[in-house]
Amino acid sequence: MLEALVDSLPQLLEGLKFTIGLTILSLILGSLLGILLAVGRSYGKPPLSSFILIYEKVFRGIPLLVIFFLIFFGLSQLGLGLDPITAAVLGLGLRSAAYQAQIYRGAINSIPKGQMTAASSLGMSKLKSIRYIILPQALRLSIPGWSNELTIVLKDTSIAFSIGVIELMRQGRYVYVRNPDLILPVLLLIALIYFILVISASKGLNYLEKKYKMSGFEVGVER
Amino acid sequence: MDSLPSLLDGLSITLLLTFISLTIGLVIGVALALGRVYGNKIISSVCIGYIEVIRGTPLLVQLFILYFGLPSVGIILTPLSAALLGLSLNSGAYQAEYLRGSIQSIPSGQMIAARTLGMNRLQSIQNIILPQALRISIPAWSNELIYLLKYTSIAYIIQVRELTAEGKFIAADTFRFIEIFVIIAVIYLALTVLLTAIIDKIEKRLSIPGIGAAESIALRNA
Amino acid sequence: MHMLEVKDVHKSYGNLEVLKGISFTMEKGETKVIIGTSGTGKSTLLYCINQLNPPDKGEVWLDGEEITNPETDINKIRQKIGFVFQEFNLFNHLTALRNVSIGLEKVKGMDKEKAQERAMAELTRVGLKEQVQQYPAQLSGGQKQRVGIARALAMDPMIILFDEPTSALDPELIGDVLDVMKALAGSVAMLVVTHEMGFARNVADEIIFMEGGIIVESGPPKQMFQYPKKPRTKEFLGKISTLYGKE
Ligand SMILES: Nc1ncnc2c1ncn2[C@@H]1O[C@H](COP(=O)(O)OP(=O)(O)OP(=O)(O)O)[C@@H](O)[C@H]1O
Ligand SMILES: [Mg+2]
Repeated sequence: MLEALVDSLPQLLEGLKFTIGLTILSLILGSLLGILLAVGRSYGKPPLSSFILIYEKVFRGIPLLVIFFLIFFGLSQLGLGLDPITAAVLGLGLRSAAYQAQIYRGAINSIPKGQMTAASSLGMSKLKSIRYIILPQALRLSIPGWSNELTIVLKDTSIAFSIGVIELMRQGRYVYVRNPDLILPVLLLIALIYFILVISASKGLNYLEKKYKMSGFEVGVER
Repeated sequence: MDSLPSLLDGLSITLLLTFISLTIGLVIGVALALGRVYGNKIISSVCIGYIEVIRGTPLLVQLFILYFGLPSVGIILTPLSAALLGLSLNSGAYQAEYLRGSIQSIPSGQMIAARTLGMNRLQSIQNIILPQALRISIPAWSNELIYLLKYTSIAYIIQVRELTAEGKFIAADTFRFIEIFVIIAVIYLALTVLLTAIIDKIEKRLSIPGIGAAESIALRNA
Repeated sequence: MHMLEVKDVHKSYGNLEVLKGISFTMEKGETKVIIGTSGTGKSTLLYCINQLNPPDKGEVWLDGEEITNPETDINKIRQKIGFVFQEFNLFNHLTALRNVSIGLEKVKGMDKEKAQERAMAELTRVGLKEQVQQYPAQLSGGQKQRVGIARALAMDPMIILFDEPTSALDPELIGDVLDVMKALAGSVAMLVVTHEMGFARNVADEIIFMEGGIIVESGPPKQMFQYPKKPRTKEFLGKISTLYGKE
C-alpha cells in the first residue's frame, strides 16, 4: 500500500501545482483589487466609497461556493462560459479583495494624519502622497493580516474542486477512485501537504514581517 | 416560486448545521483553550497539536476524511452527521484560539485574588476566568457564527442537502443558475445581517462595564 | 501558641535571595505594619505567608497548623488569611455585592441568599451600601479598595494581609480606606505593608522594618520613632516621614 501511495505522488504533485497556482493568481488579483478598494474607500467620495462598501459586504457575506457557482454556471448561462480555473481565480480573487481591502484600510487608518499633511506640504499631489508615503507604510503594517489571508485562500482553493478544477483534491480523487484501498491514506497525505504548505507560508511571512519591520512602527493592524 | 419549499428545507439544514456545530464547537473550544493554557506539558501540547492541524488543513479535506475516508476503517457516517462532526471539530479549534486570546488578556491578578479567597484552580477558572473570557469572546464568536453559516455550504460537496445544494439541484433542472444563485446569495446576506444584529443585541445585554473585547485576535474570514 | 508564627523564612528568585530568614509572630487582633524600601521583599513575604508563593525554607504556622507543610489543604487555610491588594484585583465581571459574596458561595458553600446578606453587611460596614450593584469599572479607587477589604472580611479570616492598600489611590481617597482599616483594628489581626506613617504610628501595635531580606528592627511605634536602636532605622523613618507626613 505504501508503494501505491508513493506511486500516486507524481499525480498529487501535479494537482499541487494547480493548488499553488490558484493561490498565487487569486492573491495577486485580490491584492491589486484590494488595494484599489481600500484607497477608494479611505480617500474616495461618497458614490464610489459606498459602492465599495456594498462590494465588500456582498463578497464577504456569501459563501465562496455560491460565488463559484454564480461565476461558473451563471456566466455560462449568459453565454460567457469560463473555464473552471479562470472561474476559480476570479471567485477566490474577488472575494479575497473584499477581505484584503479591510486589512489595508485598517492599516491606512492607523497611519497618523500628519504623514499626509507632511506629504502635501512638500507639494505632493494626493495621489502621489498615497502612492509614495501612505501605501508603503500601510502595506508593511498589513503583512500579518495578509499572511492570515494567504492561508485562507490556500485552504479555500480546495473548494474549486466543486467546479471541476483539477487541483490537489481532485487529483487525489482520481487516485483513490481507481484504487479504493488508498482512500484514507491519500486523503491524509493531502491533509499533510496542505498542512506543510500552510505552516511554511505563515512561517515565511512571519520572517518577512520581522525583516521589513520599521523601528518605531510596531502598531498592530485592526482586523 | 415552486422552488421555495425545497429552498426552505435546505435553509433549515444550513441553520441546523450552523448552530449545532457552533455549540459543539464551543464545548470543544473551551476544553482545548483550558487545556492549552492551564494543562500540563502533555495536555497542552496535545491541544496545540489538534488546533494547529485543524487550522492548517482545509475544511473540505476534513469533511472528505470523515465522509469518504472513515468507511475504509469501518466507520460509516451519514452525510449530515459527517458534516456536523467535521464542522464542530473544525470550529472547536478556531474557537479555542479566540478563547485563549481572551483568557490571556485577563490580568493575572484575577486568578491570584481568586486563589487568596481559597478557591482551588478549577473553581477559579470556572467562577472567575471563564465568565470573563466568554464575554470577551462574544465578538469573535459572532464572527465564527457567520463563518460557519457560509462554510456549511461546503457540506454540499459531501452530499448534504443544505441551501446551496438545493439551489444547485433546482438550477440544474431549470438552467436558471443566475436567478437561483442570486436568490441564494441574498438569503445568505440577509442571514448574515440578521444574525450579526442579534448577536450585537446579546452582546449589549451581557455587557459589563469595564469588560471589553480582546484586541488582536486574528479572526478568520467571516 | 501564637496565632501566626513565621519561622526563618527564606525565598529566592533564581540567584536573587529576596528573603534571608524572616521570623516574627502575631497574636489575635494584633496590627503590625511592615515598612521598608522598594524591592526589599515585603510583597514576597506576604505571598510566602498565604503560600501563593511558598518559601524555599522555613515554616509558617497559623492557628497551630503548619501551613508550609505540603500536606495541608491550602485552600482551606487561605480562607483564614484575607488578602488586600495594592491594585485591588476585584473580579471585573461581578458587581460589588457579588465580589464579596462569591467566596462565601463557592468556597464556603453558603447558599446564595445568605451569602449576599452577609456581603451586604460587610459592604455597609465599609461605607458602600449605595454601591452594591456597581461593577468595579464604575467605582472609584477608594471604593474599589473598600470592596476589596469587604471581600476579605466576609470570609471571617483570622488575619488579613494588606499589600500597600493605599499606594494606588489618589491622595484624597486614601483617608476613607485608612479609616476603614482603623475601625477594623483589634477585631481581626492585620499585617499591613504601607508607607502611611500616620496609620503606623496611631494604629499599629508593632512596626517591622525590613531591609536587605531581613528584619532590621521591630518594636512598638513609639519606640521605633523616638528611640530606634539602629541608625538605619532612624534614617529610613526620617526619610519616609518627610515624604508621607507625620499623621
Ligand atoms: N516573580 C518574581 N520573579 C523574579 N523576581 C521577583 C519576582 N517577584 C519579585 N521579584 C524580585 O524580588 C525582589 C523583592 O520583590 P517584592 O515585590 O517582594 O518587593 P517589595 O518589598 O514588595 O517592593 P515594593 O515596595 O516595590 O512593592 C525585587 O527585587 C523583585 O524584583
Ligand atoms: Mg510590593
